Amino acid sequence: MPEKQKLVVSFAPFWHNGNRVTDRSLQIFLAATPAALFGVYRFGLSALGVLALSVSSAVLWELAFTRVAKRPVSVGDGTAAVIGLLFGMMLPASLPWWAVLTGTFIAIVVARQIYGGIGANPFNPAAVAVAILMLAWKQRMDFDTALVNYAFDFPAAFPLGAVKAFGTDAINELSLVDLFIGRQVGGIGSICGAALLAGGVYLILRGVIRWEIPIAFLAGVAVTAAVFHAANPFKFASPAFHLVTGLTLFGAFFLATEDASSPVNFIPMLIFGAAAGAIAVFIRNIGVFAEGLVFAILVGNLIQPLLDKIRPKALGKVG
Amino acid sequence: MTMMRSKALLGMGQPRMEYTPVPPRIDRPEFIRPADPVTLLHLRPPEAKAIPNVKVGDTVKTGQKLSLYGNGDYVTSSVTGAVSALAPFPGSFGRNYTAISIAPAPAEEHDDGLLAVHQAPSLATAWDFLAAIPGLPGLQRLNDADRPLKTLVVCGVDQDLLVFTQQYVLAARSHDVQTGIRMLQKISGIEEAVILTRREAVQGYGGHSVGRVMGVDHRYPSATPQLVMAALFGREVPAGRTCEDLGYCFMSAEAVASIGAAFRTGRVPVNKLLTVIPKDGVPRLAETPIGTPVGDVLNRFGTAAGPGDRIVAGGPMRGRALFSLDYPVQPDTDAFMVLDAAAAAHSSDYPCINCGDCVRVCPARMQINLLVRYLEAGKYADAEESYDLNSCVECGLCSYVCVSKIPILQYIVLAKHELARMRSTEPLNA
Repeated sequence: MPEKQKLVVSFAPFWHNGNRVTDRSLQIFLAATPAALFGVYRFGLSALGVLALSVSSAVLWELAFTRVAKRPVSVGDGTAAVIGLLFGMMLPASLPWWAVLTGTFIAIVVARQIYGGIGANPFNPAAVAVAILMLAWKQRMDFDTALVNYAFDFPAAFPLGAVKAFGTDAINELSLVDLFIGRQVGGIGSICGAALLAGGVYLILRGVIRWEIPIAFLAGVAVTAAVFHAANPFKFASPAFHLVTGLTLFGAFFLATEDASSPVNFIPMLIFGAAAGAIAVFIRNIGVFAEGLVFAILVGNLIQPLLDKIRPKALGKVG
Repeated sequence: MTMMRSKALLGMGQPRMEYTPVPPRIDRPEFIRPADPVTLLHLRPPEAKAIPNVKVGDTVKTGQKLSLYGNGDYVTSSVTGAVSALAPFPGSFGRNYTAISIAPAPAEEHDDGLLAVHQAPSLATAWDFLAAIPGLPGLQRLNDADRPLKTLVVCGVDQDLLVFTQQYVLAARSHDVQTGIRMLQKISGIEEAVILTRREAVQGYGGHSVGRVMGVDHRYPSATPQLVMAALFGREVPAGRTCEDLGYCFMSAEAVASIGAAFRTGRVPVNKLLTVIPKDGVPRLAETPIGTPVGDVLNRFGTAAGPGDRIVAGGPMRGRALFSLDYPVQPDTDAFMVLDAAAAAHSSDYPCINCGDCVRVCPARMQINLLVRYLEAGKYADAEESYDLNSCVECGLCSYVCVSKIPILQYIVLAKHELARMRSTEPLNA
């Protein structure tokens, strides 16, 4: 045996399908971009400022925390940038810089890194940040108050706020198509349902998000809204109205589907989505907030570990 | 070999990985005569003392039994020649072997031990001569009073992608396979025989009078015994148990054919059939004595391994990377594959992001997203008790799809090994 060349070894399998965390982040970022750009078109450069600050500060908080905590630098995986973008897309275009910075700090450091970083966050980081901002600075997060200085060529009242205050009379004039294509007031990146739907379908087709969750979420919203609407059509808006206003489509495709805080099994995904969708409508119709969808997402996150106990029986499982 | 790694544009579906059929135009297996000494790996029991009945300088015949430790275990010389070295050879997972090197002589002479008794086939004869034949039949399973076998399952399908050794044997040596089935039934009393083949080939095997022919789904890993049990026989093997516990004995087509040939001719088969998968991706068939170094096999096809390339015994999903070109062909080596350094999967220590791809791809329906957290923390007992560690069929699909590139299969195999090791030492500590 004259030859003593030592070969490189590794463990099976020797193939990989090539999927990477960075690619997933990039896909989500791309899928969310059209809706975000529409917000810039609608609200102007201040919206761009909020989005840019949100993305960049999220990345910097992540970098800073991993440095201080001596964890491996993880900004390269793009997940912090995605959280920053999604957070920014839910904000009013007029939100001041310090509130954006606080929000990304909460999202990245409090809601994610403290729990161990990527894959370990029990709640959707962007939803946690928006929820805390809504409680902390109610007026600044209220779209009617925040966007009072803007002039629009469509009714400038936050649709969900209008229906909550004045019943369906206030919204009967609104065209569902107009709402769907973004002729409404709301978060920077959450007003154009058409762009959000396109982004969501793209993510489903690319296998980045699991279709069960958004479909169940939208079904949960629609069914619950239909029940309310049937009970009192003057007070509660129609299911279609609920689907195209507020954060519904954004939440279905971009919040509920966050990997770490959502279940992975088929039935749990359906329950998770449906429950979060139903709770979102409950909060809108009989809760304090005109739009409390982020709280519904957080409640869904809360029950996720229990839901994933519903699982198929493993091969040959005894007992 | 990058074709299987590319993603579909629309990645909604699961990876659809199909077993490779025998190419329609494949050359007959090329016979490779070893240039260097052949090396036979004899398992060395712990604290074993060699019985000096094999010494350096001894001449051995083709098909001759070589037993170093007097425990009934033996290897079969695949060539005629002189023993040139005896050396320790470390195996994986704590197993140790003694490598017996035999320098081939120009003239071949066959051992005639079997010739005297092959007319009267018996389990004792098989155990005496055929335990280490190509295909590695696992004959000890046939003689287990606690686990009576009722069905012999002849695997004319391969266990890994790109490999078609067993499929080729079933097609090209069907006479030997049939003889082998008859012999096995005769010596073991197993009543039923089933031949597994590719689904579309079931019709073509109507001529098999000795067993029922059943088709296996093309999609990897359907040919795995535990999954065949569930899909074709409607019996799930309880986690941690074996197919034999349910009375089913899976045996490779090559092992069965070797048994058939042995009893037909009175000579112990010593040549192993291999699928060789070079870097260019064009597979070839080779036949070579057991013990031939992998380097000799690859040289024949002009396949050199560059820095960082993997040489794998087996296929891309379940194979084992070899650390040396001296590694010999073993009785159950079905393939050698050379994988370019750039195409080889790398693992990482990135955490699980809970995307659930592994859960959806797992044929054993395991909660791998949760299991992997326990395995990473070394909590093997919990992994076994609560997260179905023993249901795993070790197909490797979870690692294949993992976006965090966690070496999940390696964790699982390690965990099973550690649990077995702990169990085997527990009585000593008590």
